[in-house]
Amino acid sequence: MSDFKRIIVKRKRQDFIFNIIGIVCTLVGILTLGALLADLLIDGLARINWVFLTSFPSRFAERAGILSSWVGTLLIMLVTAFTAVPLGVSAGIYLEEYARKNWVTNLIEINIANLAGVPSIIYGLMALGLLVYQFRLGQSVLTGGLTLAFLILPIVIVATREALRTIPQGIREAAYALGSTKWQVVRHHLLPYSLGGTMTGIIIALSRAIGETAPLITIGALTFIAFLPPPPIKTQPPFLSFEWLWSPFAVLPIQMFNWVSRPDQDFVVNAAAAGLVLIVVTLLLNAIAILIRYRVRKRIKW
Amino acid sequence: MSARQELAIGRLVQMTTSDQYAQPQRSSDVAEAQRPVEVSPKIKAEVEGLNFFYGKLQALKNINMVFNANQVTAIIGPSGCGKSTLLRCFNRIHDLYPDTRYEGKILLQPSGINLIGPETDPLEMRMRMSMVFQKPNAFPKSVFENVAFGLRLRGIAGNELKDHVEQSLRAAALWDEVKDRLRQSAYTLSGGQQQRLCIARALATDPEMLLFDEPTSALDPIATSKIEDLIFDLKRELTVVIVTHNMQQAARVSDYTAFMYLGELIEVAPTKVMFENPAIKLTEEYITGHFG
Repeated sequence: MSDFKRIIVKRKRQDFIFNIIGIVCTLVGILTLGALLADLLIDGLARINWVFLTSFPSRFAERAGILSSWVGTLLIMLVTAFTAVPLGVSAGIYLEEYARKNWVTNLIEINIANLAGVPSIIYGLMALGLLVYQFRLGQSVLTGGLTLAFLILPIVIVATREALRTIPQGIREAAYALGSTKWQVVRHHLLPYSLGGTMTGIIIALSRAIGETAPLITIGALTFIAFLPPPPIKTQPPFLSFEWLWSPFAVLPIQMFNWVSRPDQDFVVNAAAAGLVLIVVTLLLNAIAILIRYRVRKRIKW
Repeated sequence: MSARQELAIGRLVQMTTSDQYAQPQRSSDVAEAQRPVEVSPKIKAEVEGLNFFYGKLQALKNINMVFNANQVTAIIGPSGCGKSTLLRCFNRIHDLYPDTRYEGKILLQPSGINLIGPETDPLEMRMRMSMVFQKPNAFPKSVFENVAFGLRLRGIAGNELKDHVEQSLRAAALWDEVKDRLRQSAYTLSGGQQQRLCIARALATDPEMLLFDEPTSALDPIATSKIEDLIFDLKRELTVVIVTHNMQQAARVSDYTAFMYLGELIEVAPTKVMFENPAIKLTEEYITGHFG
């Protein structure tokens, strides 16, 4: 009896010790994030107002705003989403459902996983050589958006495949057994059922892209820009305009980078405020991703 | 079916060594000659020298047997004997996977088309056959859409679609339980209801053969008996093949029973004969529970 007690006490102690270690480790992460947010809030919150959001950058810290950079970020994200999502989802579907499993597809698979780990500045260098110099797309919104699209393409592909893999094989067999073609199975079953996972992956990927600085600096994003790209909607036919694609741009992280590197303390406050905006947008995107995942999980349980 | 007829067919099953295989001959002819009044079974499908391979592994070895129209044929045997593999040849579902290969013939009557021939489009066979799987695999769509999907693939829409869906749900004995919740997700139904929904989905497309792959193995006894009743009724309209590892089930629902072991067809006979007086020792041992 006493033997049992001794062993139990010993093992419970181990349990307790790991419990403490776990709490400490978790706190390190949470406290760091908390400190970061608190610091940004203390420095930047007072600076955020309507004028800050609707003003161009300026030589004077108190007049400077983030209008051109948040519009730039928004437009870049539009281009990124509109290119990376169709490309990535299609490639993911192809690899998972259509491609024969052999050494070539294995090689592609390994390389896509590797691409997701390539440092973002490498993508910037590639975009500079290919998009700016070779295709002469200029240092434009289009170039920036495509660069980030390349960057997140592997993430979107991997997310799509993962989402497809969670669909039980029995569902595919049921659909095929009714006489569906591959495309009908994809279109009517696999795509809708995997939408939650795919959307989550896409949003996480976009929220990574939104904070990227290095590749955009490499291709020549501006740090000081006092005008907006031409509007996408016009009053005269054909009403839609894509001129904005060719416009130079600034983005939030680069605007921050620029402000932080100035000696004037007031500009550092601006940087904190811009950072706060960026973090809020990222958190919002993640919240949407979580919401979608939650709703889909409630609807579809395998 | 008369006892005489059963006997006549049962004795046609002959097999002495494991290298020979049971093949009932055109038993209908024999029976017809003796009892012209009785409607004798017509043949729906003839399996001739069927071999099937997963890569290098041979899962079916020289299967020869017939499936009678408007009757229930049960395929029994221990796990891994190839009974599901045989069933899945009929709707060419094996074609979805790489490294699978058929040899031999499955002739679908009356047209005589070779179901597994390279010239036959698997898609056509899947449109003519229906399958109910082991685990209820309703789509995560509404009850209505589950049944409607196969019909939509065949270009049926509007009121005709609605009528077909209702008929199919009635045929699957599910209509009364779901008529007020057609728009709800199929996943709100119980397991047994979901499996009957899968049967309705399978019936909706008006198949020539209905293939059941252990349809009740995931269900409780009450749900099971409902589905067995259904299977019994369904044979008036079509030809039913049911794979089961439950011998009582085979005895209850089927007209013919085939026993498979290690990829070979050991014996096929009218169910009554099979369970009361099997011709092969191995069959008897399996049925009496000595192995498996």
